[in-house]
Amino acid sequence: MMRSNSGFFRIVSLATAALAAGTLLTGCERPPIDSVQHGFRGTGMVQVYNPRILVPETYKNVVPDPLPAVPSDGPKAKDAYKNVQVLGDLSVAEFTRLMVAISQWVAPNEQCSYCHAPGEDFSSDSMYTKVVARRMIQMTQAINSRWTSHVAQTGVTCYTCHRGNHNPAEVWYRAPQHPQATRGLGNDAGQNKAAANVGLASLPYDALREYLSTNPQEIRNNGATALPTGNRASIKQAEFTYSLMMHMSDGLGVNCTYCHNTQNFAQWEGGPPQRVTAWHGIRMARDINVTYIEPLTPVFPAARLGPTGDVAKVNCATCHQGAYKPLYGVSMLRDYPQLGRVTGATGATGRAAAPPPGVLGRVLFDTGRSELSAAARAEIEKAAKAAMADASVKIALSGFTDRTGNPQANLELARNRAVAVRDALTAAGVPVARIDMRKPEFVIGGADANSRRVDLVAAR
Amino acid sequence: MAMLSFERKYRVRGGTLVGGDLFDFWIGPFWVGFFGVTTLFFSIVGTALILWGAAMGPTWNIWQINIAPPDLKYGLGLAPLLEGGLWQLITVCAIGAFCSWALREVEICRKLGMGYHVPFGFAFAIGAYVTLVVVRPVLLGAWGHGFPYGIFSHLDWVSNVGYQYLHFHYNPAHMIAITFFFTCTFALSLHGGLVLSATNPPKGQAVKTPEHEDTFFRDTIGYSIGTLGIHRLGLFLALSAVFWSAVCIVISGPFWTRGWPEWWGWWLNLPIWS
Repeated sequence: MMRSNSGFFRIVSLATAALAAGTLLTGCERPPIDSVQHGFRGTGMVQVYNPRILVPETYKNVVPDPLPAVPSDGPKAKDAYKNVQVLGDLSVAEFTRLMVAISQWVAPNEQCSYCHAPGEDFSSDSMYTKVVARRMIQMTQAINSRWTSHVAQTGVTCYTCHRGNHNPAEVWYRAPQHPQATRGLGNDAGQNKAAANVGLASLPYDALREYLSTNPQEIRNNGATALPTGNRASIKQAEFTYSLMMHMSDGLGVNCTYCHNTQNFAQWEGGPPQRVTAWHGIRMARDINVTYIEPLTPVFPAARLGPTGDVAKVNCATCHQGAYKPLYGVSMLRDYPQLGRVTGATGATGRAAAPPPGVLGRVLFDTGRSELSAAARAEIEKAAKAAMADASVKIALSGFTDRTGNPQANLELARNRAVAVRDALTAAGVPVARIDMRKPEFVIGGADANSRRVDLVAAR
Repeated sequence: MAMLSFERKYRVRGGTLVGGDLFDFWIGPFWVGFFGVTTLFFSIVGTALILWGAAMGPTWNIWQINIAPPDLKYGLGLAPLLEGGLWQLITVCAIGAFCSWALREVEICRKLGMGYHVPFGFAFAIGAYVTLVVVRPVLLGAWGHGFPYGIFSHLDWVSNVGYQYLHFHYNPAHMIAITFFFTCTFALSLHGGLVLSATNPPKGQAVKTPEHEDTFFRDTIGYSIGTLGIHRLGLFLALSAVFWSAVCIVISGPFWTRGWPEWWGWWLNLPIWS
């Protein structure tokens, strides 16, 4: 009896231990792990990826095949159809192709009938989905033409967010107040919910409303000096910022070092250039919500609104969906350039694109030197003449080095090269006010002679 | 150098692990031994390499001297000297010097016929260092995952590696390690306070006995671990702190790639409440 009893307890305790170990192990990953260096060696600026987690992500980011190209000449859509407000300048063929593409991107099951009520004329605006779609086309065009600081030439299409869904999978609503918030200890101060949008941390779960809508809070709230000298930002505000950053990390599938060298979060020098793109991205998401999405609130039926009656708004994850670049940087806009420019009578909200800035000249240097050769002086004088011919032009100077030598000295060298060119320009009669010293994003290039240069670029 | 009066009885032969009697002699107050020689060799070579690396670098500012590991592209191979190869050599020297010193401690313990508590404790520190610059880099597949040798630069590395996992305070092993560190300092402060007050009585009173110390703690917190027990506890707390520190960094990357807050999903998803 005793014997069987102890055997029973042994089995129970073994089972308990196995269960506990199993529970902990399911919470773990295993090598091999992929890592991507994202800063100078030894800084710990590294992206860490589990390849077994990334595989299913790649399937999510496959781009659909483009529809066959069609001629852009022939009758215009605005003449052939009625009530074409935003894509009227397209040829009928282009217009039809784009409508088919959009229906596949947004409503693959309903197709045309998702926006055009069956039995009604195509010009009818009776369905709210059509009104929203029209505004979304304007938004897409505006993003592609006015927010190249974030979307570059890759651009976005409806598919970037929708991916075959009526509503993009990743959106956000304002969170309702905690039901006991006004009573005693009931106020959770918007925290401690282990919410998915803050990576299950205890950070504020409703932080996006502070940054991606009207009346945004200041994101940067650390002091500019080592000792407290009047910075009144609170820990709560810092946690709101942390929440936003958690959302960005989560939405892009990257860690903090993708944009920051964390020895100094606020400092731009020494940080990766992606932070600049991200800075514009925050402003872009805010602009999209304020200018395009929130004004559509009355158009949507109540069932489509959030718990506080607000419309579904965009955040970083709406486009990115866990990828550092949406669809891993594949441009669908190239196949649908009609979404890249502002078209149609009522869509003329974009300003004319400035002519591409011209390169006035390129001055090359010997390894490790910043002295000007005779050829360099000739190149500079040529650029000075060209610049003096147009009084509105400024000359932007950017110095570069090759990869030999140590990086710290190279930064200094690049500057000295730019200063040498500046001095030669002023000697050639160009006023200092018309010279703009610009530190480039990547100062240190490859091993070739072209990396040892100063670029003179016309700027306005 | 003259010997102290009590020192003669410690100068005993034997107990060496390697080399027999060959290095079993003293230079002044210092016992040499085979591992004394290897310690000296690795320390001098390693320090010279650090100095040479600093000379090749941009600064002599003691805070900013930085000898960084290779780029990740070199994987687990050798890198050119000035692109991380130096870091690799210095790492070899450091491990050589630390292990030599630990084995020298073992030999001295054997000489004195005492337990191995000192080398055992030091081994945990070596283990933590080796975890950082060998075990974790090997598990991640590149020496470039080691930390750089520099006063500021290694702090920057710690910061960035922490933020690779979004919020390092959610790392469960980090939680345990921190708790051990704080408990260790707390226990030391209680112990130090007790010893100082027991041995420094007011004028005219006798030094207090261990029985007095036990009574004090039994009165105040209901329990006294005792004069021997406090040192066992101290060793346990200190070694646990170091051990869990090593665990918390070796699981970051090789066994978890996402934000540490997310790791707690298993807790949120327990069938009890989810």
